[in-house]
Amino acid sequence: MKLIGSLKVGKVKPGFPYSKAQIPGTLEVSRFKDPLGTSFDTSWARTYAVRLIRAILIDNVVRPATKVIASPKVYGVDRLKGVSGPVIFASNHASHLDTPLVLSNLPEHFRHRCVVAAGADYFFDRRWKAYLWSGILGAIPIERTKVNRRSAEISTQLISEGWSLLIFPEGGRTPDGLGQNFKGGVAQLAIKTGIPIVPIFLEGTYEILGKRSQTLKPGKTRIVFGRPISPDQKDARELTASVEVEVATLASEVHSDYWHAQVTKHQQPDFALAPKDRMSWIAEWERSASVPKRKKKPIWPPYFGSSRSFGTN
Amino acid sequence: MTSRPGFVLEVDRSTPPTLLWHGSSYRLEKFPKGTRILYPPEPQEPLVDPRGAIEDALENPVGTSQPLSTLFKKGMTLVIAFDDVSLPLPQMQAPDVRQLVIEAVLEKAAAAGVDDVYLVAALALHRRMTEGELRHALGSRVYDAFTPRKRLLQHDAEDPSNLVDLGTTDQGEVVEINKLAAEADLLIYVNINLVSMDGGHKSVATGLASYRSIRHHHNVKTMVHSRSFMDMHHSELHSSNWRMGRHIAAQGVKIFQIETTLNTDTFPKLFDFLSKREWEWTLKDRSAFIASSKSLQASPDWLSRDIMHKIRSPYKLTGITAGEVEAVHARTLNKVFSQQLVTVEGQTDILTMGLPFVGPYNVNSIMNPILVYCLALGYFFNMYVGKPLVREGGVVIISHPNKAEFDPAFHPSYIDFYEQVLTETTNPAEIESRFEESFATDPWYIHLYRNGNAYHGVHPFYMWYWGAHALDHLGGVIVLGGDPKATRRLGFQPASTMMDAIEMAKSIVGDDPSITHLHSPPLVMAEVI
Repeated sequence: MKLIGSLKVGKVKPGFPYSKAQIPGTLEVSRFKDPLGTSFDTSWARTYAVRLIRAILIDNVVRPATKVIASPKVYGVDRLKGVSGPVIFASNHASHLDTPLVLSNLPEHFRHRCVVAAGADYFFDRRWKAYLWSGILGAIPIERTKVNRRSAEISTQLISEGWSLLIFPEGGRTPDGLGQNFKGGVAQLAIKTGIPIVPIFLEGTYEILGKRSQTLKPGKTRIVFGRPISPDQKDARELTASVEVEVATLASEVHSDYWHAQVTKHQQPDFALAPKDRMSWIAEWERSASVPKRKKKPIWPPYFGSSRSFGTN
Repeated sequence: MTSRPGFVLEVDRSTPPTLLWHGSSYRLEKFPKGTRILYPPEPQEPLVDPRGAIEDALENPVGTSQPLSTLFKKGMTLVIAFDDVSLPLPQMQAPDVRQLVIEAVLEKAAAAGVDDVYLVAALALHRRMTEGELRHALGSRVYDAFTPRKRLLQHDAEDPSNLVDLGTTDQGEVVEINKLAAEADLLIYVNINLVSMDGGHKSVATGLASYRSIRHHHNVKTMVHSRSFMDMHHSELHSSNWRMGRHIAAQGVKIFQIETTLNTDTFPKLFDFLSKREWEWTLKDRSAFIASSKSLQASPDWLSRDIMHKIRSPYKLTGITAGEVEAVHARTLNKVFSQQLVTVEGQTDILTMGLPFVGPYNVNSIMNPILVYCLALGYFFNMYVGKPLVREGGVVIISHPNKAEFDPAFHPSYIDFYEQVLTETTNPAEIESRFEESFATDPWYIHLYRNGNAYHGVHPFYMWYWGAHALDHLGGVIVLGGDPKATRRLGFQPASTMMDAIEMAKSIVGDDPSITHLHSPPLVMAEVI
């Protein structure tokens, strides 16, 4: 009994000094010699040499790899014709695959001048991770749970320098494949900088590498680009809602047709990406039905050696 | 890499438990949300070439002094006085800075043909140093050259044949110092200025003085009016010493002062975690903490004490100035403050502090309850400039085992003070008037001081006066983890946990108190604004 008791105690995660101490929240991060999180300096990843290497990597490694794994089908690129300046790409988020997939399928003139907003607490909490993601994907650290001046300053500065920003306004990957409500940071940034938001609907990556997946299951994906939404004369709340509705419209469009999507958008009250009742099985049932699937060729010829073939004889 | 300054941390939910000294061991203690923790500045960068810096300081003195080599004349008498074993704490790794400086001075003296040289340990009323301690402070080369010729001496404040009365100051203070030093053609004093209290005129006026002289500033009245004695401009202790020092100079004693400052690199690599901020502890630091604290707690007292006293600090020289006393000391103070000072906004209701295994008066020995009292209320409490860190009527919480253990060889009069004086009263003024004289003139204590390794009979009284300002200022003192009987003997309250201690303190300072913790090591001094 004593042994069992001690084993149970052992399962509780021991605190400091048995594990590393947390940094006191009342400390300014600048006190640290090697700052991580939102204080990590990513400017090195935007130097010409690193950008060149990243461009070669994205075009020659990431893009072919995502083709093999995700077979992306891209819709709506025509809507970005004539859009030259920096924009904010806002996409729904289901998988770690989303970033390389969208990044490698952006129109050419955006692809190599786009930074990715990545959660400072997840992608920039270790030095090696911070260097890896800022180097390979051009990631910049964003505080996703609270308002952080430094995050906003970085984004604003980069946009003013002509960089586009890829951001996932849901604030994290969906836990169940269904859409989540958008957070207001994207809209605030767009209003502050005056640049348009390009909504993107992304589908199929949850099945390939969802939040709870342990293994990569190659499949098919869809990337749908929407019409840029200008932040003019909108407040942040309104703009956030219209971006979310636009992404939901793109989903509807790719599942049915353009006209049906427009009708649904204007006639269905509370039309949004996030389901009204997340706990209902119907939402997931409908979502999974519309997910693109790869046609699998059977390894064995049909009926060969099966019980059915016996039955027909 | 530059050292980071100290700062005040406000405890929040994510603040890890804080390191606290607890005698020969240490522990982690969680403080309530909103507690301020005073983190010391990191050790300053040391001088790249200490020997070069010493040479430079000796040949380019400040104030009205001439370069040292020009002060040496053939046939002159030279006395080199040096700080005793109470500095630095813990003892520094060899070579000790005193050795470096004294060797440089002796080389110059030898080159000038000065043969009549004496070395004098400036003990004041402290115990005589042992051979091992002298060898460590001066180096074996110096020790072996001077001891057989009876030229390495220890100041004896009770030897009438080797004391000279230089008269009195304008305030009527008797100035009686070491005769050999006073009559020498040149007296060189080698200081280690670990804290801002050390050095200046206090070196000669106290270090080489007799009981008759020291009693004029080591008394309750002076101590209560020294606020604090780490800030010489507001310290009556220093004013008295300065009067005496100027009187000594006026009597024709030629003093060449050498003051050295060390950084606060207090513990060797293995104990790095002691000086680090807890959230920056590496896996190695955490392992070292767990292993060392568990083993020290499991060890018998004598063993853990022995282990800790064997630690030698990797202190490094950060500055050296030589020349005229006051000009030298002004520069030294700036250097010491730049290493130790941290600005704190406002006083606190409760001040907490962990006390280490060593203070100035128990090097290689036991820290008895009177020394615990002195270290807490005399030294740590006084580590301020401006206002005390704790408000008037506030509470100090001390973490220390505070056992009634004494070293009969080093502290014989302490035992009688504990048993005979503290059982009667803890009031410093009453203690001074009723008991001081009999202890100070007791022939047995004087014998042990002169011939053994005992502190002077009056020394425990001075320890008690040292805390008089704090006693006058505070509303209560609580000893966390302290032996209840010994703690009550000191007039304090014992508590078993920090939360208990804070609850007890609330009955004195009221509900919702502000708490400040003095994080040490290393040494830190608060500038309260």
